Amino acid sequence: MGGRCHKPGHLVVGPAEARRALHTVIVIDAVTKRYPDGTTAVDRLTLEIPDGSITVLVGPSGCGKTTTLRMINRMVEPTEGRILLNGQDVREAPVNALRRSMGYVIQHAGLFPHRTVMDNIATVPRLLGWDKHRARERARELMERVGLDASFAKRYPYQLSGGQQQRVGVARALAADPPVLLMDEPFSAVDPIVRKGLQDELLRIQADLGKTVVFVTHDIDEAIKLGDMVAVLREGGRLAQYAPPARLLSAPADEFVEDFLGVDRGIRHLSFFGTEELELTAEPIVTEDATAEQVRAATLAELPYVLVTDAEGRPRGWSDALDRATGTEGELLPYGRAFTVGRDSLRAALDSAVLSPTGWAVAVDEQGRAVGVAAQEAIAAAIRSAHTAGVLR
Amino acid sequence: MNIFGYAQQFFDAPGQWSGADGIPTRLLEHVQYSALALLIALVIALPVGLVTGHTGRSGNALAVLATAARALPSFGLLVLLTILMGLGLTPVMVPLVALAVPPILVTTYEAMRGVDPSLVDAARGIGLPWWRVLGQVELPVALPLILSGIRSGAIQIVSTATIAAYVSFGGLGRYIVDGLSQVNYAKVVGGAVLVAALALATLGFFWLLGRVLVSPGVRRSR
Amino acid sequence: MSGGGFFEVPSDLQNTWWGLVGWQLQLTLVPVLCGLVIALPIALLCRRFGWIYPPVLGVATVFYAIPSLAFFVFLIDWFSESDLTVEIPLTVYTLVVLVPAIVDGMRSVSADTRAAAEAMGFGTLRRYFQVELPIAVPAVFAGLRVATVSSVSLVSVGMLIGNEGALGNLLSDALNYHRPQLAWDAVISIAVIGVLLDALLVLARRLLTPWARKATAK
Repeated sequence: MGGRCHKPGHLVVGPAEARRALHTVIVIDAVTKRYPDGTTAVDRLTLEIPDGSITVLVGPSGCGKTTTLRMINRMVEPTEGRILLNGQDVREAPVNALRRSMGYVIQHAGLFPHRTVMDNIATVPRLLGWDKHRARERARELMERVGLDASFAKRYPYQLSGGQQQRVGVARALAADPPVLLMDEPFSAVDPIVRKGLQDELLRIQADLGKTVVFVTHDIDEAIKLGDMVAVLREGGRLAQYAPPARLLSAPADEFVEDFLGVDRGIRHLSFFGTEELELTAEPIVTEDATAEQVRAATLAELPYVLVTDAEGRPRGWSDALDRATGTEGELLPYGRAFTVGRDSLRAALDSAVLSPTGWAVAVDEQGRAVGVAAQEAIAAAIRSAHTAGVLR
Repeated sequence: MNIFGYAQQFFDAPGQWSGADGIPTRLLEHVQYSALALLIALVIALPVGLVTGHTGRSGNALAVLATAARALPSFGLLVLLTILMGLGLTPVMVPLVALAVPPILVTTYEAMRGVDPSLVDAARGIGLPWWRVLGQVELPVALPLILSGIRSGAIQIVSTATIAAYVSFGGLGRYIVDGLSQVNYAKVVGGAVLVAALALATLGFFWLLGRVLVSPGVRRSR
Repeated sequence: MSGGGFFEVPSDLQNTWWGLVGWQLQLTLVPVLCGLVIALPIALLCRRFGWIYPPVLGVATVFYAIPSLAFFVFLIDWFSESDLTVEIPLTVYTLVVLVPAIVDGMRSVSADTRAAAEAMGFGTLRRYFQVELPIAVPAVFAGLRVATVSSVSLVSVGMLIGNEGALGNLLSDALNYHRPQLAWDAVISIAVIGVLLDALLVLARRLLTPWARKATAK
């Protein structure tokens, strides 16, 4: 999560907006969708979707999140209320022109099986009347952007893996450079590792392009990872809370949101705090060839272990300080997992401390060299001060 | 003599390859009438199948219609219409068309219904108008199945056009019907061989058509 | 041979209307039943050895393409102008419809169900007979309906080879003596038999597969 450059608050303008001449704010204004059989999919929903950022709609099945998304490009027409795109009611625009101005990505990509990867991506540019050459040029450019090798251009969808198909789906949605991107559970049908790759790719692309993205998911972790703003919907299509993910975790509006966030929301909230302020001590770090004297000097009163590193300074493991000081070298204890200072969050630091047999977290720099260790107490102190700072801010 | 002997006798007979009762003439008649019947059946069944399949409505009505049409005895209909209307094109075309419409209609409907709904959703979401969704997405994807329905209709037309010789109609069936009444088994068997060969050629034609028209992306994913 | 009622059959056919109906049913149902009996083992083999299915399907398509009249003619050589000459081609056509219906029906059993059967210790054969075949029953009946209804109609063509067409034999008299009423009789009787047999099959399927009723009702 450390890579995120901005986290605009409610209606706070993000840096992306400064780059874009065109404002593409979507306003969902008291929208209700009732079906003829009497079920209410969306119930008087009001949301302001900020420009140039990712807004995630999340909730259990039947909460109307997909219906809401599909009302934006008029795949579903609202029963009451209206949806404004840059101040204009979406119903005033010709429906297909509206849809062509919004990229649309769905769960199984929905690629056209009878068209090659390149022709799939070129669909909307061709619809908009681009000539074949320009459309293909654009398709090639997008394949590169979504991380697809050019050799895939002539392949048919059935020759691609699920993750690759989804990349093509994203490329197809971006083809005509629409200001808005609608994504309906796009990554939920692929395995977790591929999903993480696709999520990172989306964040990278979004950092470059600054689209107005509306993203539907049932996975709260995905929502927190991707969203600049997260709207939690409950059954019956009512809004439970609309907030940036950090606020969601620290101050859930009610029991429903709290339940939905899960039991470890406090831990996950730590993802939003950096480790720059964390107090580290470099004292109990010794190299493999340290003398008994050096070991004794490095030993802390509250920690009967020293961290042994190799010649380059990379951590190898914990060693009993007394044994090492008296010349008997026992086996090294595994140190669990180190966290990278500056890049990783307090969540990673806490995780590192919990995993470590000594209870102390190992911190490394970008090159993987041990720069210090931190006691659980130090991490707790950092968490407290981060909370205080958050409240004060 | 066995059927191979009869067949050889038929094909070796002098004058067999020219004239009004020659093989080329009879073959051409058979193909012309079959093609005409198929064309009429396509004009009726294809649009209805495509549109009902696209909208997903009237599926039950189509199923009932198809069962009813299948229960219609085409040979009986042929004789009945000939008695009522006299010799002519109409009494032959009606049963042939009635025979081919149900398989084309029902398979087209089913093929269109069978197109992955998420594909149609994506196409609409991208901003394709309905006729493009139908023509550029649903039709190419459903094409292999639709072609199999048309093929099945064509095979039945070719088969039944043979029987039409009984009501004094041209085509390859003439050899069989005339041979039976003349007790000329060489002619009967020869005609049967030709009809069977034409039916297999029809199969081959549709196989080729599939190779040409169906996108490799659709063909291989099945 | 004078005018008379709807069900009056010309004397040269040497049969009654009910006799013709019985004959029609025999020429229809014997092939369908034989077809079913032969199709089952072929389908099971195709299911067990997947690679033989495409060639079997190819051969079947070729047989199905051969017009009934030509098929009858080829068989006259061996079976002369008898019931068998009509029944054998109709059996083959039935096979062509039923084998894919059974195989595809068995294949359509969801992977979950199949895995569950395997996990419970079903052997391959037991799984075919106790899990996949029962689930394929609706598909098999769909095939039986097509085969039965088209057989009813095709029987008439037997009239051309020595009056082996049951109710179809009325057609030759209708044409020869120009009596449209006989043609009406044949067409209506055959169509009604077809629809009735179809209805019976639908009923039988409902009785055999109570679990599928909800799915077919919609």
